Amino acid sequence: MSRIESVGLVKIEGPLIIMEKTRPVHFDEVIKIFDDRRNEQTGKVLAVDEKHVIAQVFGYTSGLSIKNTNVEFLDTPMKIAVSRDLLGRVFNGLGEPYDGLPQIFSDDYRNINGSSINPYSREYPKDFIQTGISAIDGLTTLIRGQKLPIFSGNGLPHNILAAQIVRQAKLRYSDDKFTIVFAAMGVKHDVAQYFIENFEKSGVLSNVVMYLSLADSPSVERLITPRAALTAAEYLAFDLDMHVLVILTDMTNYCEALREVATSRGEIPSRKGYPGYLYSDLASIYERAGKIKGKNGSITQIPVLSMPNDDITNPIPDLTGYITEGQIVLDRELNQKNIYPPIAGLPSLSRLMKDGIGEGMTREDHREISSQLFSCYSKVKELRALVAIIGEEELTETDKKYLEFGLEFERKFLTQSPNEDRSIEITLDIGWQLLNILPEEELYKINRKFIDKYLKKST
Amino acid sequence: MINSVKGKIISINGPIIKATGMDEAGMLDVVNVGKNELVGEIIKLDQGIATIQVYEDNSMMETGEEVVSFKRPLSVLLGPGLLEGIYDGLQRPLKDIANMTGCFIQPGVKTYPLDLKKKWHFIPILNKNDKVSQGIKIGYVEETELIRHFIMIPPEVKAAKIKSIVKEGDYTINDTIVVLDNDQEIKMCHYHPVRRSRPYLKKLTLKEPLITGLRIIDMFYPLAKGGTAAIPGGFGTGKTMTQHSLAKWSDADVIVYIGCGERGNEMTDVLNEFPKLIDPKTNQPLMKRTIMIANTSNMPVAAREVSIYTGITLAEYYRDMGYAVAVMADSTSRWAEALRELSGRLEEMPAEEGFPAYLPSRLAEFYERAGLINTFNNEEGSISIIGAVSPPGGDFSEPVTQHTKRFIRCFWALDKNLANARHYPAISWLDSYSEYLNEVMDEWYKIDSDYENIRTEALTILKTEEKLNQIVKLIGPESLPDNQRLILLTAEMLKKGYLQQNSFDEIDMYAVPEKQIYLLKIIIEFYNLSNKAIKKGTPLVKIKELKIIDEINRLKSTISNKEIVKFEEFLNNLRSSFENLLNIYT
Ligand SMILES: Nc1ncnc2c1ncn2[C@@H]1O[C@H](COP(=O)(O)OP(=O)(O)OP(=O)(O)O)[C@@H](O)[C@H]1O
Ligand SMILES: [Mg+2]
Repeated sequence: MSRIESVGLVKIEGPLIIMEKTRPVHFDEVIKIFDDRRNEQTGKVLAVDEKHVIAQVFGYTSGLSIKNTNVEFLDTPMKIAVSRDLLGRVFNGLGEPYDGLPQIFSDDYRNINGSSINPYSREYPKDFIQTGISAIDGLTTLIRGQKLPIFSGNGLPHNILAAQIVRQAKLRYSDDKFTIVFAAMGVKHDVAQYFIENFEKSGVLSNVVMYLSLADSPSVERLITPRAALTAAEYLAFDLDMHVLVILTDMTNYCEALREVATSRGEIPSRKGYPGYLYSDLASIYERAGKIKGKNGSITQIPVLSMPNDDITNPIPDLTGYITEGQIVLDRELNQKNIYPPIAGLPSLSRLMKDGIGEGMTREDHREISSQLFSCYSKVKELRALVAIIGEEELTETDKKYLEFGLEFERKFLTQSPNEDRSIEITLDIGWQLLNILPEEELYKINRKFIDKYLKKST
Repeated sequence: MINSVKGKIISINGPIIKATGMDEAGMLDVVNVGKNELVGEIIKLDQGIATIQVYEDNSMMETGEEVVSFKRPLSVLLGPGLLEGIYDGLQRPLKDIANMTGCFIQPGVKTYPLDLKKKWHFIPILNKNDKVSQGIKIGYVEETELIRHFIMIPPEVKAAKIKSIVKEGDYTINDTIVVLDNDQEIKMCHYHPVRRSRPYLKKLTLKEPLITGLRIIDMFYPLAKGGTAAIPGGFGTGKTMTQHSLAKWSDADVIVYIGCGERGNEMTDVLNEFPKLIDPKTNQPLMKRTIMIANTSNMPVAAREVSIYTGITLAEYYRDMGYAVAVMADSTSRWAEALRELSGRLEEMPAEEGFPAYLPSRLAEFYERAGLINTFNNEEGSISIIGAVSPPGGDFSEPVTQHTKRFIRCFWALDKNLANARHYPAISWLDSYSEYLNEVMDEWYKIDSDYENIRTEALTILKTEEKLNQIVKLIGPESLPDNQRLILLTAEMLKKGYLQQNSFDEIDMYAVPEKQIYLLKIIIEFYNLSNKAIKKGTPLVKIKELKIIDEINRLKSTISNKEIVKFEEFLNNLRSSFENLLNIYT
């Protein structure tokens, strides 16, 4: 039952409107806002008190007037229609058709805020996804049902990397294809176009659902985009048993929209102007990844975010890292050395790889070789800092070997072409070749039986 | 007496709502809010208007809906059946919620914290006419194979004589098992308000270590039973792994694990793993001594605030039975953030970084609920608290870390660089501290009288290495004399062969105290023997050629907890290889 209820506003401030309360109002309910020419925009109720209703407009408040704005209360939370027909469709940031085709025809409407998955009902993710990228498969393994963000910076090739993952990601022992849900927040047209072309090239376009809130659409709309996308993803994964890979780019733009609304409300900011609830808000998005007991599908999330000033301690990457199950960090220095993918070894991490690698899943030596590579590469970093001061001559013979290892690691292990799809065996074998540069005593993290079995072979 | 008060919602601001008509409601009363009857708590009363914190998702709540107060505080139900359970922050069994509403949690579900139908085999300890008062044990049931659950007279029950007590037999938690001579009936369960600590006879000085099986903790920065510890660290540095490891292997009787605002999958991990892990001492699954509280990051923020109190109240209940309880709270920062968010919506005056001014006092109250006590039965019980802290940007100067430091006595600082280098646990040996050394020393002496010596020697080597590294950074390692390079070498061995402990390594994941002592003794013995050899003119390279270094580094995962005798053999071999070496060089 909807009806035009409120005529006229009390106040307009940034993306917020405030009106008099003339009837009972639901917290979080959807409203439609009409300007004097009956142009319609969507919004939602943020708070109600004795006299007033505060609402947020997912569009532009410019042009709205105090006197001639009408507001309709819809008695419902924000919902989208779901059906199998979502596949192959393109929607705008609010979940409305953007491809000229009609609305999804379905009477199954889902609240875009979703509900929390009961921790008791979760199934712990364990299935290895081979991305064909050595730095990821070998060192920060992606698992089906994981949320693993890419921390990037302006000008770094995160889009190329994300697209490569989308093209190459597969399970080792099954032919199940991933269904892709792609949500763009505040990215440019050409970036969206790049992804669309990629989906086309790999022949998955009919298996993709897109939500595009591009750079020229109103910023507040971005608060809806990832939620609409994840609602679609949940439907595909948990109702239709699909394995869904969700790309959310760029979460930094999302967070900025959130900050904009918080500032307009005059909320007390915590760090860098972001609201104190940024953590919980991001968690309500990222925690929608996972697997559920008794259901076949899964949601794997790859959020992409650009770190302002390449600063990993900025609240956006920082709070993301506190929620997600690891992170893939791109490094400007590697990029300048022309290394693709420029994945920084040390700060990157996959927390779920522990149960998804090893015998029967990848290979028995995977765990030990990856932790050995990490610790050797970290020694390389230390030594490089030392060499910068004292020069290479002062180093011991072993240390010099480490430097050689470092160069080869970057040249052979990290570096690969955006079209190169390496099997996990190849990745691990490259690892052994590199470790062969070092004296055997240095490989203290590796069990002797693997050294005998693999190291000798790789010479 | 009025037993319920009804009001109407007039304002809604996220989880904070206001209701009128609440003149007769009490401060901190639990309320049912709205037509879905969501759980809430009154946190402010002002002229008939109650400000209420709602503990469930209140999206689509409407102004004008009803609020009902039942004139009692937010409480937990205490009785047999808590162990092996997984609850949300309000003590609702997540398993029952899943059975009722499926895999997604729906607001407004009504569940009961304990099984009402289950019969427990009750064995009385007391008889008719025995005098009892609060906290006194009247009988017990075997709750799990690991824990005997004592039924106690609830707090605040007046001293009285037992008029009747049931015979040994099977009863539900709601059956009356004792009637007092003032006609009060006692059941196997009772409610206790979560924000009020349970009474005890008196606090005692701590005296025993909580053995965790993690070498860097037990040997260098020990925690005492009844003590408090904080683990601060940026994301991915190992807070949760350390907490899990402590929940698995520490020698507490009962574990309360509070997942406060963290990941759902981490709780699932515990749920999957603990029933399979066998306690080496009792041969029973570790789950049988564990209670989990899970209020994950995507569950309502206000309930996150309560989850900490729910957890600690359950812990106090088992403490009062005479058990050593360990509470893990991951992460206290998320709890502090919940306080901040709610305080912001209440438009309170913020102090540092938006946190309310009462943050330190709330932290103090929480950690104060730890301790070693005398129960009313004149037995000892303890609660140790281990709180994870998640400082923004990994910067320890922020308010939650700083204030926490005031109330804990054991600080395990996680170091981003160590974590990046995959040195796990990434607990810094330079920035961490423990003030419990004196309290736990006696117990360690009983295991080995060398405890203090080898500990001090190892720490000295590690600290000297830090200084030498400054020099190395300027002139390189090659120009140091052999005795200093030996320090660098030994420090390296301490790190690789001792401090690093991989949670995924079957043999190394936890170490019994004897193993901890032996491993360290071997490294220190190696150092002393090498030092002697160098003084007598043996070049360091010759020592390195002994190949024994690599062997020492691997000892932690080659000799298991059950093969302690092998360490003595190894020590003898070590000595004789140095004798041979000395024979050549002198
Ligand atoms: N003792 C350990 N042994 C082996 N691996 C470890 C150990 N400690 C940490 N790790 C590794 O580090 C990863 C991150 O650890 P953990 O999840 O405990 O971090 P955290 O400090 O709790 O992070 P957050 O604040 O984001 O929750 C783990 O997934 C694991 O790979
Ligand atoms: Mg954690």
